[in-house]
Amino acid sequence: MSDVSLTVNGRRVSGTAEDRTLLVHFLREHLGLTGTHVGCDTSQCGACVVHVDGRAVKSCTMLAVQASGSTIVTIEGLANGGDLHPVQAAFKEHHGLQCGFCTPGMIMAATDMIARYPEGLDEATVRAELDGNICRCTGYHNIVKAILAASQAMAKGAKGKARQAA
Amino acid sequence: MYAVNYHRAASVSDAAKLLKNGDAKLLSGGMTLIPAMKTRLAAPSDLVDVSRLKELHGIKVSGKTVTIGAATTHYDVSSDEKLKKACPALAHMASLIGDPAVRYKGTIGGSIANNDPAADYPAALLALGATIITNKREIAADKFFKGLFETALKDGEIITAVTFTAPAKAAYQKFRNPASRYAIVGVFVTKGKDGVRAAVTGAGDDGVFRSKEIESALAKNFDASALDGLKVSAKGLMSDIHASADYRANLITVMAKRAVAAANA
Repeated sequence: MSDVSLTVNGRRVSGTAEDRTLLVHFLREHLGLTGTHVGCDTSQCGACVVHVDGRAVKSCTMLAVQASGSTIVTIEGLANGGDLHPVQAAFKEHHGLQCGFCTPGMIMAATDMIARYPEGLDEATVRAELDGNICRCTGYHNIVKAILAASQAMAKGAKGKARQAA
Repeated sequence: MYAVNYHRAASVSDAAKLLKNGDAKLLSGGMTLIPAMKTRLAAPSDLVDVSRLKELHGIKVSGKTVTIGAATTHYDVSSDEKLKKACPALAHMASLIGDPAVRYKGTIGGSIANNDPAADYPAALLALGATIITNKREIAADKFFKGLFETALKDGEIITAVTFTAPAKAAYQKFRNPASRYAIVGVFVTKGKDGVRAAVTGAGDDGVFRSKEIESALAKNFDASALDGLKVSAKGLMSDIHASADYRANLITVMAKRAVAAANA
């Protein structure tokens, strides 16, 4: 057993877990954050993607104790109160989900992707960057549309803020 | 997975001490080891985490000499501006590993220590004539990769960095398994001061290897046309559900031609 201390969605949390406990199970079972899903459990499907120290990683392929000391953001940490994050809003607007199982991982991967391409995204890049996230319902078209729309909305938002600051 | 004891090493020498616990294994990015532990293909008693050791991180480029810390992630290799100038082929290769989430965690040291017969880095380091630096010695890539999941590493030996001289020309081309993202065949070619080297991953029954047929054809003329009609022998190549040995042999020539064209572009 080891002590695990994390900052999750801005809140400091700690607990004790077996060393073999996966980060995704710690989030779901110890912290009750069940928005992060376990899909394949073989590091392929991406339903478990969360941000660890600002990078989108598969929480089914990391031990909780390995993450101890890190800052984690899960799907529950994206919205600002009642206001959806722009990527969440775009998934809703563009019907980027059907059953919704892959959606938390898709959205966490998408926010990371948008941050890595501040100059903007094109369809081919979005599709290549979604390599590690599998959806069995949508055929990806609306997910791609949603990410492209969110990327544009966030770029505009950033420019708006810059103008306000000026 | 079976129960395991986790240790976070404070330094490389601390890691070497911790490795003496039971049947301990080093944990870096964990992108292969943790899935292998889940399926119980690996069952170490102890894990020694070296992924946060600052001394194992970072990319240094000094003239033509490139040194990459063992715990540097694939993402950091793929996006390093100095490396993209010094050896763009290696940065490009790193961008083709796994998927974005895997590239954020997986490390160069972990990949070469594991020496998966379909991994990308072994081909790159063999073709670059790299040197693998451990806490005990330096090992030439030609002597490091010993076969399927086998390396020259001894018990308790820890890779700390890899270093190589950036070649004048280099490129990697990979025919990727779309499900696993591993190479069905990957060929890394380089043309440097010591001549042409071509290393093949994904195809060999005994892991990564240098193709003498391709190297000698390219030594005469470093152009894709030099490989026209070149038949690589299927002897010693893998056959599995993804591809037959004959198909892999054909792919080696095709990937080598594409790599040479990319290196000359």
